[in-house]
Amino acid sequence: MNPLAEKYLRKEALPTIFCPGCGHGSVLNATIRMIDKIGIEDFLFVSGIGCSSWLPVFIKADVIHSLHGRSIAVATGLKLARPEKKIVVFNGDGDCLAIGGNHLIHAARRNLDITVVTLNNYIYGMTGGQMSPGTPTGGKTKTSPYGNNEKPFDAVTLAIGAGATFVARETAASPVKITKTLTKAVAHNGFSFVEVMSQCPTQAGRNIFGKAAPSDLFNILKENAVSKKGAELTSSQFRTGVLHHDEKKTAFRTVNELLKTEA
Amino acid sequence: MWKIDKDQCKGCELCIAVCKNEALKPGKERNSKGYLVPEHISKICISCMMCDLICPDMAITVTREKEKCEKS
Amino acid sequence: MNMQTRPKAIVIQGNQACVEGALLAGCTFFAGYPITPATEVAEVMAEKMPNTNAVFIQMEDELASMNALIGASWGGAKAMTATSGPGYSLMQEAIGYAAITETPCVIINVMRGGPSTGQPTMTSQQDVYQAKYGSHGDYEPIVLVPSSAQEALDLTIRAFNLSEKYLVPVSVLTDEVVGHTRERVVIPDAPDVYNRIAPPEGIDYKPFKGVDELGGVPYRGGFGEGHNICVDGQTHDGIGMRIGHLMEPSGNLVKRIMDKINNNIDDISDYELKCTEDAEVIVLSYGSTARVALRSVIDAREKGIKAGLIKLKTLFPFPDEMIREETNKAVRILVPECNAGKICNEVQRVVNIEVESLPKFGGAMHVPAEILSAIERS
Repeated sequence: MNPLAEKYLRKEALPTIFCPGCGHGSVLNATIRMIDKIGIEDFLFVSGIGCSSWLPVFIKADVIHSLHGRSIAVATGLKLARPEKKIVVFNGDGDCLAIGGNHLIHAARRNLDITVVTLNNYIYGMTGGQMSPGTPTGGKTKTSPYGNNEKPFDAVTLAIGAGATFVARETAASPVKITKTLTKAVAHNGFSFVEVMSQCPTQAGRNIFGKAAPSDLFNILKENAVSKKGAELTSSQFRTGVLHHDEKKTAFRTVNELLKTEA
Repeated sequence: MWKIDKDQCKGCELCIAVCKNEALKPGKERNSKGYLVPEHISKICISCMMCDLICPDMAITVTREKEKCEKS
Repeated sequence: MNMQTRPKAIVIQGNQACVEGALLAGCTFFAGYPITPATEVAEVMAEKMPNTNAVFIQMEDELASMNALIGASWGGAKAMTATSGPGYSLMQEAIGYAAITETPCVIINVMRGGPSTGQPTMTSQQDVYQAKYGSHGDYEPIVLVPSSAQEALDLTIRAFNLSEKYLVPVSVLTDEVVGHTRERVVIPDAPDVYNRIAPPEGIDYKPFKGVDELGGVPYRGGFGEGHNICVDGQTHDGIGMRIGHLMEPSGNLVKRIMDKINNNIDDISDYELKCTEDAEVIVLSYGSTARVALRSVIDAREKGIKAGLIKLKTLFPFPDEMIREETNKAVRILVPECNAGKICNEVQRVVNIEVESLPKFGGAMHVPAEILSAIERS
């Protein structure tokens, strides 16, 4: 086992529940490297329900594996009780953008100093491949057998619109970039949102992209990721990198802190 | 140095996909869970670490050896 | 008694009494969402908490409020929320999560008429089953039912203490009448406060393993202090790893979180008896209805009828044994309540004679005369 895995993963919980070639595993790998740089004792993790939300369960740290959609709400309470800790939330496209969308926009509006990492694999994987707010229009899934008749969320634009002050997007195919971006995100004082586009060979791969080989899906992610500023995008492409960073806006403060500053 | 924890490998072959030097190839040996573990060709490996960084199961460890870097 | 030692008495409404009780019990976190008729709890909390070291936050909805309590509680806070019917419905999933993860927290539900939006400004006791069975699956919550502003204060303190002791979500079911009636409340100086028991140093701390000396309740605390705790809503082993796929250990976990309540009913139970020793007609009541029932029982006694009152202050776990004993000589048992007859069914479950339900609909309360005439009917 990799020495970093040896040091930071719960051996009793391994192997991970992720399918072979799942991008979430690469994100876990990249996250461990970010943690290694900063120091694990600074972190508390929260997640919701779904494939994505298993990610922090494998980390040897204090974790709340909460309810479907509620990870950001749980993290809000945890942050207010433990302001000295860095709280990192892992959730998925369904977890964060469908059932938990309200908590995302309100935590962003408050500019609460937590980091939300949304693993967007275009589909509900754990329940067997149903369409999600990440499924592209026309994408065939178990609940969109004739092709998705809806439009997917642009999570990054949503987070920026709601008031998040650090917003980025990366893909599971670029682990070094994930580590770098997560390091910046947790260092940011305010609400940081990182969407990681991730491959799901088992569900999204077979159903939406017609490909089951992790390497093929990995290449699709690479082709669709556009990091060059101002470049034209095709309908399947998306921008990557740090897309919004506002350090001037003050992070959420409790009334207690406001009263102390006034006095 | 390149090492793989065979029992952690799920045979996804992402390591093969990221290897720019084709130092990894599909394996023939199955691990205890039945997954095909990739084969490593050490003489053409440049220890770029991409396989180590991408491995979803953190099964691969690449340790950079100075002399090896100099040779390549 | 000189002025120095006389306890402080003020005239406040039940909703404010809940706040006073919570702060005395050491509440350090409140997350809520406005809803009639519970809003005053949040309003008074918002005013008072920042002047202590407690944190108030108004969340985006009741789902968020209840889940924020879970995060705060694991963060070490003593956490509370307040709501009414529709909000209580939204909180139920997280209440189940608090039950299986043994997360202490307190929920004030100021009951209004339902179902759905129902009667926002009118009283009811329609949520008693929801308080017990509201979340899916097997679990045993604790439910307390104050009948006055004073009891709202006292039972909110008790709710925190029981929650910390048994690591369960505790609901305090007040109602619109208790919540909005302004009356004299004595503020205790320094009530007994129970805090969750932290793991002793040097032990192999398993946050989800019952401790025999604590009545099957685990140690609690140490989150963020290097114990590598995994809090999981799936059935889990002592250290929090999932065991949902394993039948026996999963069953044992669910049994343990129920047993820790059911094996301690005597400790958790709280009730008042009035003239039950020789009573032939027993009125069993709770919450604001119990105050009306008390008047009716006194009036009946004055008329020479051997009537008695059992007033429940802990509604769940249901005190089966106590009710069986106190009613074993009774000829009739009446249960007046502001719903279609829910607790009447619970009483019927434990006694051998037919229990008479006195339901009440539409937001009205019973008047003493109607319970009295039911007592007189033979």
